[in-house]
Amino acid sequence: MADPMRIRAQSQGGNALVRVLMSHEMETGQRKDSAGKIIPAWHITEVTAAHNGKPVLTAEWGPAVAKNPFLQFTVKGAKAGDKIAVTWKDNKGDTRTDEATVS
Amino acid sequence: WAAFNKSAFEAKTIADAVKAYGGAAPVESKSVTLTAPDIAENGAVVPMAAASTLPNVKHLLVLVEKNPNALVAKFDVTDAIEANVATRAKMGQTSDVYAVAITSDGKAHYAKKEVKVTLGGCGG
Repeated sequence: MADPMRIRAQSQGGNALVRVLMSHEMETGQRKDSAGKIIPAWHITEVTAAHNGKPVLTAEWGPAVAKNPFLQFTVKGAKAGDKIAVTWKDNKGDTRTDEATVS
Repeated sequence: WAAFNKSAFEAKTIADAVKAYGGAAPVESKSVTLTAPDIAENGAVVPMAAASTLPNVKHLLVLVEKNPNALVAKFDVTDAIEANVATRAKMGQTSDVYAVAITSDGKAHYAKKEVKVTLGGCGG
């Protein structure tokens, strides 16, 4: 199981600024190991975010997203106490969901 | 989960990646903003943000022209979020970086910026 995400959701003028740090290798599939063998691609392919259970953002990512990915977005009308949940899925089928409360 | 759009992420050019999401040939527009550094000291972590003030934006794309595959990330914009997202990308070499907004009528608008990559000690 992958390490938890760090999610910060801050209320800002009627919206919530959400910043997420995920823990993931994001291996491109283009690098070779010391034996010259290609290291297989291993990266997050899909990300979704929900505001109080309602989906608000979906994303597709390729291997060019940096290791331990950062994501920032702004949820309209989210206020303190609201829940923001973020889920990712990688190309090996692993998935993780974490939730934060807007402050 | 929607099916992962493999062809978009295998595209070698900006236009092909945009096409994979139903976008027409992209035109440059002041209504799209790309925020990225002038110089990236570390090509493994380059902050990039895409934003648009256009109405009915459906997708925001971030692309690096000279990467092996141009598309870095695609974001689906809904009414519930602002058309403004940020992430960090890898860049193999100095390249133009694109932010593309595809609207619900299939038009694609872009902003671009050259980001110089200096890889420490590798003569980049």
